[in-house]
Formats: sequence, structure tokens, C-alpha cells
Amino acid sequence: MYKTAVRGKLIDGDKSLNQISTDILAPIEDKTPLWWYAAFGISLVMFIWGAISIYITVTQGIGTWGVHNSVGWGWEIVNFVWWIGIGHAGTAFSIFLLILRQKWRTAINRAAEAMTVFAVLSAALFPLIHMGRSWLFFWVFPYPNTRGPLWVNFNSPLFWDFVAISAYLLISASFWYFGMVPDFATIRDTAKSKVKKAVYGFFAFGWTGSSREWLRFEGLAFVLGGIAAVLVVSVHSIVSTDFAVSVVPGWHTTLFPPYFVVGAIFSGFAMVLTLVTLMKKLYKMDDFITKNHVDAVCRILVFISLIMGTAYITEIFIAWYSGSEYEIYMFFENRITGDYAFQFWAMFICNALVPQLFWSRKVRKNLLMVFIISIIINIGMWFERFNIVVTSLAKDYLPSTWAPYEPTIIEVGFFVGTIGLFGLGVLLFFRFLPQIAISEVKMVSKFNKQTTDHLKPGHHDYE
Amino acid sequence: MKTYWRSIEELANPKEIRREEVREEAKQKSMLMRGDDQLSGSSRRDFLKTFGFSVAAASLIASCKRPINKAIPYLVKPVELEPGTAEYYASSYFDANEYGSILVKVRDGRPIKIEGNTLSSVSQGGTSARIQAAVLNLYDDARFKGPSKAGAEISWDIADQEIMAQLAELKTQNGKVVLLSSTIISPSTREIIKGFIENQLNTEWIQYDAGSVSGMLEANQKSFGLALIPDYHFNKAKVVVSFGADFLGTWLSTVEFTRGYAAARQLQNGQKEMLRHYQFEAGMTLSGSNADVRFPIKPSEEGAIVLALYNAIAQAKGGTLAPGVQSSVEIADLAKDLLENEKQSIVVSGSNDVNIQLLVNGINQLLGNYGSTIGLENTLQIKQGIDGNMDRLLAELQAGSVKGLLVWGANPVYDHPRGKEFAAAISKADLSVSFSEKPDETSALCQYILPETNFLESWNDQEPKAGIYSLVQPAIAPIFNARAPQETLLKWSGNNLNYHGFIQNFWKETHFSNQKEISDFVQFWFNTLQRGVYETTQTSTLEYSPEGISQAAGLIKSTGSGIEVALYETIALGNGKHANNPWLQELPDPVAKISWDNFAAMPVAYAEEMGLKNEDVIRVNGMELPVFVQPGQAKDTISVALGYGREIAGKVGTHVGTNLYPSVSTANGTRQYYLASAQVEKVPGKTFELAISQTHYLMEGRPIARETTLVDYVKDPAAGNELFAINQAKSVTLYGQPPLGGGHHWGMSVDLNSCTGCGACTIACQAENNIAVIGKDQVRNRRIMHWIRIDRYYSENPQNPKVSFQPVMCQHCDNAPCENVCPVAATPHSEEGLNQMAYNRCVGTKYCMNNCPYKVRRFNWFQYVKNDKFDFASNSDLGRMVLNPDVTVRSRGVVEKCSMCVQRIQAKKQEAKLEGRPIADGEFQTACAQACPANAIVFGDLVNQESRLSKLFGDPRNYYLLEELHTLPTVGYLTKVRNPEA
Repeated sequence: MYKTAVRGKLIDGDKSLNQISTDILAPIEDKTPLWWYAAFGISLVMFIWGAISIYITVTQGIGTWGVHNSVGWGWEIVNFVWWIGIGHAGTAFSIFLLILRQKWRTAINRAAEAMTVFAVLSAALFPLIHMGRSWLFFWVFPYPNTRGPLWVNFNSPLFWDFVAISAYLLISASFWYFGMVPDFATIRDTAKSKVKKAVYGFFAFGWTGSSREWLRFEGLAFVLGGIAAVLVVSVHSIVSTDFAVSVVPGWHTTLFPPYFVVGAIFSGFAMVLTLVTLMKKLYKMDDFITKNHVDAVCRILVFISLIMGTAYITEIFIAWYSGSEYEIYMFFENRITGDYAFQFWAMFICNALVPQLFWSRKVRKNLLMVFIISIIINIGMWFERFNIVVTSLAKDYLPSTWAPYEPTIIEVGFFVGTIGLFGLGVLLFFRFLPQIAISEVKMVSKFNKQTTDHLKPGHHDYE
Repeated sequence: MKTYWRSIEELANPKEIRREEVREEAKQKSMLMRGDDQLSGSSRRDFLKTFGFSVAAASLIASCKRPINKAIPYLVKPVELEPGTAEYYASSYFDANEYGSILVKVRDGRPIKIEGNTLSSVSQGGTSARIQAAVLNLYDDARFKGPSKAGAEISWDIADQEIMAQLAELKTQNGKVVLLSSTIISPSTREIIKGFIENQLNTEWIQYDAGSVSGMLEANQKSFGLALIPDYHFNKAKVVVSFGADFLGTWLSTVEFTRGYAAARQLQNGQKEMLRHYQFEAGMTLSGSNADVRFPIKPSEEGAIVLALYNAIAQAKGGTLAPGVQSSVEIADLAKDLLENEKQSIVVSGSNDVNIQLLVNGINQLLGNYGSTIGLENTLQIKQGIDGNMDRLLAELQAGSVKGLLVWGANPVYDHPRGKEFAAAISKADLSVSFSEKPDETSALCQYILPETNFLESWNDQEPKAGIYSLVQPAIAPIFNARAPQETLLKWSGNNLNYHGFIQNFWKETHFSNQKEISDFVQFWFNTLQRGVYETTQTSTLEYSPEGISQAAGLIKSTGSGIEVALYETIALGNGKHANNPWLQELPDPVAKISWDNFAAMPVAYAEEMGLKNEDVIRVNGMELPVFVQPGQAKDTISVALGYGREIAGKVGTHVGTNLYPSVSTANGTRQYYLASAQVEKVPGKTFELAISQTHYLMEGRPIARETTLVDYVKDPAAGNELFAINQAKSVTLYGQPPLGGGHHWGMSVDLNSCTGCGACTIACQAENNIAVIGKDQVRNRRIMHWIRIDRYYSENPQNPKVSFQPVMCQHCDNAPCENVCPVAATPHSEEGLNQMAYNRCVGTKYCMNNCPYKVRRFNWFQYVKNDKFDFASNSDLGRMVLNPDVTVRSRGVVEKCSMCVQRIQAKKQEAKLEGRPIADGEFQTACAQACPANAIVFGDLVNQESRLSKLFGDPRNYYLLEELHTLPTVGYLTKVRNPEA
């Protein structure tokens, strides 16, 4: 049970239930701020650049990218894994804390879930477009067909990938949407414009707020949460098998599934932190997203960062211990030193060292520092994926086929485009959806009322 | 039961009323169907008709634009033609001084592939990259479509009339006519030229070769009284010493030499001895990279070393000593080795200096090599140009004393050092005629262009070596309005016989009457035509005379100072005649692994000193050249390839690289293929992109291309291959080894000791398997499509490294990493051990490419066929005629790779099945194995325990590439054995 006296209030400002609704819905009801238009414009330009890049790729061929016969996967897979990782946190955050009944999650879980949906959407674009014949993508679906019928190859990690990601996207999106239903009803009830009423009314699914509905609602949340919790672990484990199942030195590693899952949660939490600090600053949600929230996420990041550091060192140790000259070369001459040393050390410093600053309470309390470090972690996690995908392919078994890889403007544009897509999604979410789960915040708002001495043993017995 | 009724009538007669109702209903329905219902203007049927029509029309207009394919069936099918099956015609390739006896594969009237003719004693079934690529020259868009005069089309009749009138006038004025040709080895053509000269009177025939061996011809004139090129038997040699002669790559009869060389180094049947090869050279050539002992020297150093070697041997053998300059290289060991192998050695020099060649002749004579390893009977005919003649012709042209110039197969404006002067002088002739097949720098300056037919469209006969003949027969009717120059010359000499008839008559009078086996000429003719070759035994009465040796020794100059630029021909382009052939342009140089450009190969130390790295630009005597740092390049030298920088060649070959022919110098009356004292400076800040397809040189200590020395090999045949036993012992599986199927299990063996790295297999594979050409930028992006590539590694000292070549194609692993990762099962394993690729099934995830440890999978990054951005062979209907109809042309976005020529396997299996017999070992081969001039690749069936392949897999030298990964490849490699110690 959350002890307010020990861990501080869940919601600051001593708000009434009505005020909670008004405060959270303010961004939807108020005039759109100017910075929003600016940010939206920038995201839109990025998105258009991405759209043009995708158009060129689909019409001319993957040859417009920098990948080649030796490095068959480049930025597109780096970005795919990166986005999927970010897409992890939302669900991980929301679900694990839900299952563990951590009530403090309520202020952040909505934003985290929204982020998941947009991140997974961005991620899903990459494997689709990177196919040589992307118009035949449905051949990966296992269904009775007129092509023989030819069945998919169940041995292929790419098929597992497809199944895992589509399941994950489905569950995350449902979880996010169903969580919003009571809030949609609140907006419907408070909205003055007819259009708004109709639109939010449609999404509110005829929610009336009866106790039977609340019972079903909570039941559904736990069921979906239960499924999603498994998927959070499975989806990135499976993404890691794309690498772990192969024979490529630096890929062929049994450590990968947990390493990828933890890494994903790491990058996802960092992205949550980025968004949350923005919400605090831009929408003045300080009363709901308190310094304690930021503090809690920072503490988690220190912990995960230690795991990441351990994983990196384990990988290096095992490479040496294996005695395989290809593995040893990969780690000691192609990552720690060599052509890709920058990417390796960028990864190591950003992910294993910089987050250690969070040991300091001062740093945790400094919102700007927290914001910067959260960005650094995301950059570090991008380098981790680059480090895995590209360095291994660029110098694998036969030195005759070693070839460096550089992305083209089209590949960069594609990545920028997905950042634009993510930005657009988040901005629209800020503007048109309740950023914080109103109903859930209301549920925990009573913790703030210091009517009785909660610390006294046996106090709650009457409940 | 109650009765309900609706009216009185119904109550009275319910049945009738019901009947009435049904009738009415039916009537209404039928009216609706017929559409004559007055209520509505159209019926349902009308609606459906209109709807159906409009949908069909809309879809037809909108999307169903289908390409129109014309297929014209035979009205009367020729008896010997069966649509869909290939015919083979024996023929001969002789172009740009390269000879090969060949079989032309013709499918549905189109020649699509060239194979070696095993009956020939010259090429012995082997081919080279250029011979393999020759079939594409036939389908070159640049070819002249018909005769023209000053750029305007004319008819053959008018051209003949006009030119014959001019010739007649020249004859009356006694104006000199010159027929300038490249070397012609066709006896019948020589006869025709003789006839033309007799008829025209004041006429001279000059043969001219871009890559001249004039020095050798003149030296042999002095030594033997005859301007000849001897017949080298590398297969009989124990020691070979080459001074700058790249006899495996570009020097004279390379296919024959490679066959012999590989045979003399063959260790597959338990031999304990092999040829030892010493090479002196400036740049790293194919021969030098295969040599056991290599001395990097400056081109000007060669003379002194040859002289020292001559004196060392003369001293030991009691010959005449010839004093001269001192050698900079210690040759005592070499001389000793040669003396120990008297009559079993060959000393050759690629120099065009008469004096050096005289000394080389002296060495070979002292060692007793003439008559054993060097024959004088079947002398090589493929280069006959004498340099002095060319200079004389130029002077006469400039003086205006040559009134008529007929150019056939020669392109001096481009490939003569004084090409510019030629260009200016050609206009001084009253009549200039080019017989060129396609545009070149010289034909552009001639008044008349009377295009010759491609050799695949022509009749001809060839005599590559004295007494060894072969025939050329057309494999397709002339595609364009071209005519054989022989025909033209016959006409101009007033002979109305066509060339086909002339050849037959000529053969009837010469060869037929000289033989006794076949009494009927027609039978003799067809027999020879079918075999392609006709070989006679020759005897030689030539006597060596040491004339001029001491004089030659005196003329040898001491080593020059300063930087020297060695000029060489490349394996792919040779003298540059076929620069418009995209296959050849894209074939990476075997040593530098660069395609689509020539470059300045610089020594490692010198480049470091000057602060140069690959793709920087230097200025050599005012010419800007991209830098390539070449390990093994001799100190103070730079090597640059000839054959590039064509000005007029066609869409592919024009302006590729820089033309170095103007830098060829002249000394002692012969052209010297190096530039003494070059001024080299760095062009700061400028770079030039090179299409390098292998950038890492070293094996990083990995057991990839394994090697040993002969000494160790004799002690232990598994020397250098110790890892194989270890890996085999570790190779365990939970599942048990599946037995090789009852049918076939195809595999290949590559003998690294035989492979010279020449690249013939790469082009053969490209021709057989419709492999796309992707251009310089894409090659530079590391996207070359070749299914079989030749990896080249260096070891030891970067100033003079040891080189290893390793052909790598799909290893057809029985435990293939690529197969299980494909999500759509596009690359399954066949029951016959093949790793198959279903292009239709592939969606292009590229996962298989990443997971292939050999990196042999190729991706179609773009649409390479019918795409203006890739305007090479496959962008025109003509160019696409070369495509093999048995092999799918891959679309964009799919992965492809070596299929072990599955189309050949299937064809042969079908044939064997129809004949109800098992397939015999060696009955057919993959394209690479068939093309290989060194017989390095053996294809076969592992199920057959008696097959040559199964035996090679049991050889102690056999290993599998990356065998420690347990991929279980069905391609084996045999270790390379070097023979450095005497």
C-alpha cells in the first residue's frame, strides 16, 4: 500500500474531483498554444520528408539506401529495434505497475501508453518498407492461399517477429484505448460543441459510469494487462532472436533476449521521462506529475543502467571466453577498438555511465538535467542497436567481403520521417486526448486527504 | 381445417385462381427479364450487360496494357532445329590478338554462350574472360547498321562502285594503297589479300598490333632467320622464369599457357613435383601474383638482370660471355635452379626490346630448352605486327604518298602512341575505308565505313599456330547490313566468288589434297567443320645462331633513375578494342579488384611517403590519374593499364578511364610499354572514386585460403590443412548425419593450387545465368552481382606480398544458415544437395544475405533490366538477345545466387532419363568449371563414390570454407601449395 506520509502525496494542490477533470482537460478545452503549432509544423515537415523517402524507396528500390551485399541491414533495422524498444516502455510501465498495484503510475501511464502506440507504429514501418518487394508483405501471413498454397517458414525469426509485433500492437492499442473510455465520456459530458460531443461520444462507447461498467472496466484492464505483460517480455525477446538465431559473430548470443528486453525497457522509460518532463513544463501538469514521479523513474533508470552495463561487460567477457576468433575480433577489434569504436563507446557511455548521475538527488531534482539525460539515454540506445546490427555485418567471417556502411539521405529521411510521425502522434494526443487518466487519478486522489492517521496500526481495519 | 379465402372467386375455384396468379407472376418476371416492361426503360439484364461492359472497358483502358510479344513460328521448320533445345556449332574466336577454339551455343537461332572446344590443342577446351564475353559483342547496340559514306548511309552496290572506281584510278596513277590490319591469321584471308595486292599492284599490307611483340619477332629473325613466336610448352617445364611477361593473364596465348602451367603444378594425383615460377615485374600482374618467387623491379632494370642471368648461365655452360651493365638483383640462385633443370625450363620476357629478347633466346638455347619445352614447329601466329612498318606508314601518310588507306580491325588513332598524328594524316589519303564492326576513333575519320560482320556471323578459317587450323562458321545470319571484308576484297579484286565458296576451294586445294584419310571433299569439309579444328604435324629445320648477342649485351642500358610508369593490358579489356562490352568493364581486375577504370597503382612505401591513399589523384606528366596503393608494386614504379579512355566506343565504353597509349615510348625502333622518368605530383584536395569490390587485403589469420609449401606437402599431404581433421572431429550433431540420397548430391571442388584468379569463370557464369551489369557506382557501393567472385588475399611483406586467390560461389551448405531464416521459405534445400532460390517467392528481407557467412547472396537493389538508369546490355531488345532462356531474369527486390547451374543439371537429367541411363561422371559441367582454363573447378556427384569429385573430397588437401561453423558445404577447396625453395 502506498504510504503518503512516507512517499509524499500522489497529487499536489489539494484538488476537488471536479477540479481534477478541469485541470486535465484544460489542454483540450483551451485555445491551442502557439508552440504547439510550431512543433506540429516541424513534425509535419519531418513526416513529409519521410513520406518522400518512402515513396522513392518503394518506386526505385532499396538500392537508394546505403545497404549492400555485405551489410544487408542498416539504419532501417537499427531504427526498427530502437522504436520497438521505446514502444516497450509504455506498456511495461503501465502494466507492470498496474499488476504490482503501484498507484503512482496513474499520472503517467496514459502518456506512456500513447507513446507505445506511436512508437510501435513507427517501428512497424521499417520491416515493411525494407522488404525488396514490400507490396508482397502479406506473404509473411500464414493463411490458406492460392499461391500453391505456400505456407510460411515457421523456423524463421522474421515470422516470429511478425507475429509478436502484430500481437503487441493490437494489445497495446486496445489497452490504451479501453483505458481512455471513461475519460472520453467525461469529455463528452463536459464538451459544449456538438461536434466534439458526437466524436468523443462515439469513442466513449456509451459509457455511463455505472458501477457494473467500472467492474467490467477494471476486469478488462487486468486481463489486457496480464496478456500485455507477457507480450512485453516476448516481443523484444523475439526481436532479439532475429540476431541471436543467426551465425553472424556478435549476433549469435544467448544473452540477447533478456538483454534486449531490459534495453527496451531502458529506452522506453527514458522516453517516458522525456515526455513527462515536457508535459510538466509545457502543460503545467506539475500537480499530477509530481517530482516524486520523476524521481521514481530516475531511480528505475539507474537500476536498469547497471543491468545494461553488466550485459555489455558479459558480452565482452563471453566473446573472449568463447575462444572463437571471430567473436573476439568482433568485440575487441571491431567494437572496443577499430572502425566502430565511436559507436561502441557512445553506447557504453550514454547507457552505462551517464545514467549513474541519477544516484545524486540533486540531479534527479533538476528537471533540465533529467530531460537531457533522458535524451542521452535514447541516443545511447540508438547506438547500441547500430553497434549490434551494422558492426557485425560490416566485418564478419570472410575479410574479402568486409565493407563499410553509410546511410544515404533517403535512409536518414525515413528515420526522420518516423520521428515526425511520432511527434505528430504525441502532439495530437496532447491536444485532443486526456493526457492523464482522469478516472484513475480520481481513484487515487483520496490518498491526499489526511483525514486520519494512516500510519497508526490497525487504522484501516474498519474499511 | 378452416378454409380461408380472399375473394368469392377464390372460394369458388381456388385452384384456378392460384394458377392465374402464378401465370401472372411468371409473365411479369419474363417481361422484366426481356426488358419489354413498359414501366422501366431497362431490365436487370440490360443493367448487367451495361455494367459488365463498362467495367470491362474501364479495366481494359485503365490497366490491362499488356506488352506485345511477337513470336513468329516457322512456316517450314529446318530439320536440325528443335525449338527450346540448344545447338552447338564449332567455331573459333580470334580478336584483339586472342585466340580460342570454341563451341557456340545457339538457342532458337540466337548464339547465347561460348564454350571451349576440347578438340583444340591450342585452347584445349579452356576459355578466357574475353572469349566468354565475346558473345555480347554480337549484340552491341553501337554496331554499324550498314555501310556509310561520310556519315550518310549508302548501299553496298554504290559503295563498291565508287570505291572500285577510285581504286582503278589509283591503279592507273600508280598511287599507293595500304591495307592496315591487325594481325590476320586466316590463311584464306591472306590468300585473298594476296589476290587483292596482285590485282591492285602498288599495294602494301601492314599488320599492326596495339600490344606489340615486334621485339621478339625481330630477335627471332636474328636467332632463327624467321620472325616467329615460339611454341611454349609450360606443361613440360619444371622452372619458369618470366621477365615481365604476364603469360597467365595477357601475354600471347594465355589460355594455352594457363592450361599447361596448371598441369605442371597439378598435385591431385599424388605428384610430388611441381613447376617453380620466378617472376620479375614492376606491377602486380596475374602471373606475378601466382609466382613462387617474385622480384619487383623497375622496367628499365630488366635488361641488366637478363644479361646477368645470361652471363651466369653462359659461364656455367661455356658459352660466349657478353659483357655489359651490372645487375641490381642477385641471380645466382636462380641461375643454379635453371642449370639444374636444363631442358625443363622456360625463360620468357614480355619486353618489346630486341636486345633483351636476343639474350632470352640465348639463355633458352644454352639451357637446351629449344626442342623440349620450347618448340619451333607449331610457332604462334597471333601477333605479327612489326613496329617499324607502322612508323613508315605514318611518315608516308604524312608525306601524302599513300593515296588509299583501308583499315581493318586496327585502331591506330586510339592505340598507337602517335595516334594524334595518325588522325591528322588519314585525311591526306584520297581514299580511306574502314571495315570496322563498330565505331572507333579511326573509323570516325574514314570516308567510307563498310562494316564487317561479327565473327559469330561469319565464315573464316584461322591458323593460330603453324599447321594448326580451325574454322569459323556463322551461328546466326548477319543481324545488320554488314559484310565480311574478305567478300569485299574479293569483289574489289574482280573475283565474284563469295567468301564461303572461296574458303571451301582454298581448303580443297590445300588441306584436303594434303591428307589421305577422307577421300570425299564434302565429307572432309563437314567433318572438319563439325570438329572445328584441323591439326597437322609440322617439322622444323630452324637452327639457332648466337648472332647479335654480344652486340645486344652492349646495347642494354643501365637502370634509369626516377619514377617509371609501367603500362600493361588488363585481363578484362586487353588492348581496349572491346571497351564497349559491359561484362568486361565490370569484371574486377584480378589483383586490384577494381572495375570500370584504370588507375595509377603505386607502391605502398612511396604512397605513404607522398601522403597518398586510394582514390587520391596524382598528376603523371600532366595526366591526372586516380591512385590505388598496390602491395607488391616495385619501388619507384607506377603501373597504369592501357585499353581505357576510349573516345568513341559506344554507350558503355566511351570515356571510361584515361588513355595511356600516347605514353608508350619508342626505343631501338620498337614500342616500349613503359614511360621512363615520369614526373609525379599530388593533386591536392582532389579525389576520384574507384569501383573497388574488395577493400580488405588480409585474412586476419583466419583459415580461409589455406596453403603450404611443396617441401611440407611432400612430408605430409595434409600440411597446412591440419585444421580440417580437428574440425571434422568436432563436427558432431544431435540428429545424425543424413545419408546422401539415392539420387544425386551435387558438389564442386576448387583447387586453389590451380586457380590463377583470371576471372574467366565469373564471365562464363554471367553469360550462363543472365547476371546483370550494374555500373560503376553500384559496384563501388559493394553491390556487384557476380555469382562467383574471386577473393584475393595478401600475406607477409606488403612491399612484395604472397597472393592467394579463392573463387567463392554459393557453398550449397547441407546445413545452410540462409535457409531457415527466410520467412517465406524462398530458399529451400533440394534433395540433390542444392541450395535453391525461388525468385518468385522472395519478398526481399535480405535476412539470408546477412546470415550467409560466405556473403555470396546478391540482391537486386534496383530494376537492372529495361531501366534507363542502367543503360548497359539489358536495356535494349538487341542486348537482351544474349539472355539464356533457361534462366529467369530476376526482378528488383529479390535475392539471387549461384544455383550450381541447375538448368544444366535438369537438362542433363532429362536427357539421361529419356535414354534410360545413369548420368556419367563428368558428362556435363557448370559454366564456371567448363570455362576454367586451369581446370581448377571440378563439378560432380557425391553419391557416385567413383566420381572425380568424390575422390577430390577424399584428398588430404581438401577442406571446406569456414568448416568450423558446421554449415556442411558441398563445395570443397584444395590447399594451395607454393614452391619457393629450390
